Amino acid sequence: MNEISLAFGEAGRLIVGLDATLTGIVSLSIRVSLTAVVIASMLGLPLGAAIAVGRFPGRQALIVVLNALMGLPPVVVGLFVYLMLSRAGPLGQFGILFTPAAMVVAQTILILPIVAALSRQVIEDAWQEYREQLRSLGAGPLTSAVTLLWDTRFSLVTIVLAGFGRAAAEVGAVIIVGGNIDGVTRVMTTAIALETSKGDLPLALGLGVILLSLVLALNAAAYWVKEAAQRRYG
Amino acid sequence: MLPLVLDQVTFAVNGKTIIDRVSVEIGTGPRTIILGSNGAGKSVLMRLCHGLLEPTSGSIVWRGAGKGHQRQAMVFQHPVMLRRSAVANVIYGLKLAGVTPRERELRARDVLEAVGLASVAGRPARVLSGGEQQKLALARAWALGPEVLFLDEPTANLDPGATRDVESIIGQIRAGGTKIVMTTHNLGQAKRLGDEILFLNQGRLVERSPIESFFSKPASTDADAFIRGELPWN
Repeated sequence: MNEISLAFGEAGRLIVGLDATLTGIVSLSIRVSLTAVVIASMLGLPLGAAIAVGRFPGRQALIVVLNALMGLPPVVVGLFVYLMLSRAGPLGQFGILFTPAAMVVAQTILILPIVAALSRQVIEDAWQEYREQLRSLGAGPLTSAVTLLWDTRFSLVTIVLAGFGRAAAEVGAVIIVGGNIDGVTRVMTTAIALETSKGDLPLALGLGVILLSLVLALNAAAYWVKEAAQRRYG
Repeated sequence: MLPLVLDQVTFAVNGKTIIDRVSVEIGTGPRTIILGSNGAGKSVLMRLCHGLLEPTSGSIVWRGAGKGHQRQAMVFQHPVMLRRSAVANVIYGLKLAGVTPRERELRARDVLEAVGLASVAGRPARVLSGGEQQKLALARAWALGPEVLFLDEPTANLDPGATRDVESIIGQIRAGGTKIVMTTHNLGQAKRLGDEILFLNQGRLVERSPIESFFSKPASTDADAFIRGELPWN
């Protein structure tokens, strides 16, 4: 018991004192996950809108697959990206295995289905409401998709934040493709896994507290954005 | 582009016939009221005319010069407002109609002035009251300068004050030379706003009469029963 409270105290000192190792890990985590969520959103939001508004063969199958991919096990994504990026793999020539870039790739694959599937749902619900009005005003599929993306923007922010949370909290994929190299590819989750097994509880705990706070802050932000928008725009 | 000619138009969904072999010519001039009880097919007939639905069989042709969809507009029972300001909603419709940016701004301001919404032009459209939203929907349609305006139960959800305003706006639009085609099941409104009645019963066009003769001596027993407030069960 005493050991745990000591560890908490030390963790607090690390956070308050902005310990260099700790801040390095946190900032790499945020950079990697932020990059992944930006790429996943740039691809996933238009994809979600296209599936919501479009009518094409295989659409229902695509929706089912996309929904299923939301539950992708991170370690499997890690393994897949590892195989692709390893020397012998098809993308081995880029030499990005065990770099932050590889981690961005893995996290992007992980959250792209989440962003696409959830935005598809939100936009399709709005489409049911807007469809006749937009068609009456002469909007084609592309204009409708763009209009719906804009009109559901506050719900989409929530989805993007959820994607960021998932990326930042994930460990299985980044530990495989990043390798948890000190100062290079060590992020919060992989550091927690390592330090815990080494017995360095203060650093693990400090990172755990930060990770939890980050997830909490994101959810608070998502909730606040939606509430404020609802009040302001109806 | 008028007259609009419907020839043996039938519309069925899953084998259920909603509109049954309707042939009618809608020309410039008189304000046309499509009257009938709930489920008679009024809204569906209007959507067919507007081009939101394709007939299962039969044809709908704009006989006059010019393309059909360009110079017609529709106001729905539940207007759909975009999550942007009132004036931006009007501008959106004008943009889709290919109006230049300068002209959009001017026309939008004018039309909001005309429907009495100039003071709330900058407010988010979705937080306006039901009556204001319906006036905004009329403004959005009116701004397009349509040759024909379809109105689907435009006052069904409004209080008497807003209903009066909406009817007065419809009068103004009519005064500008726009052909009015409106559905309603409100007999008083039909009398106030209509010149001729198309009476629908169970998807069939039962009667077409000038307004006075329709109410004084309806030609069909169904219409007679409807006017006397009886359900046409037998």
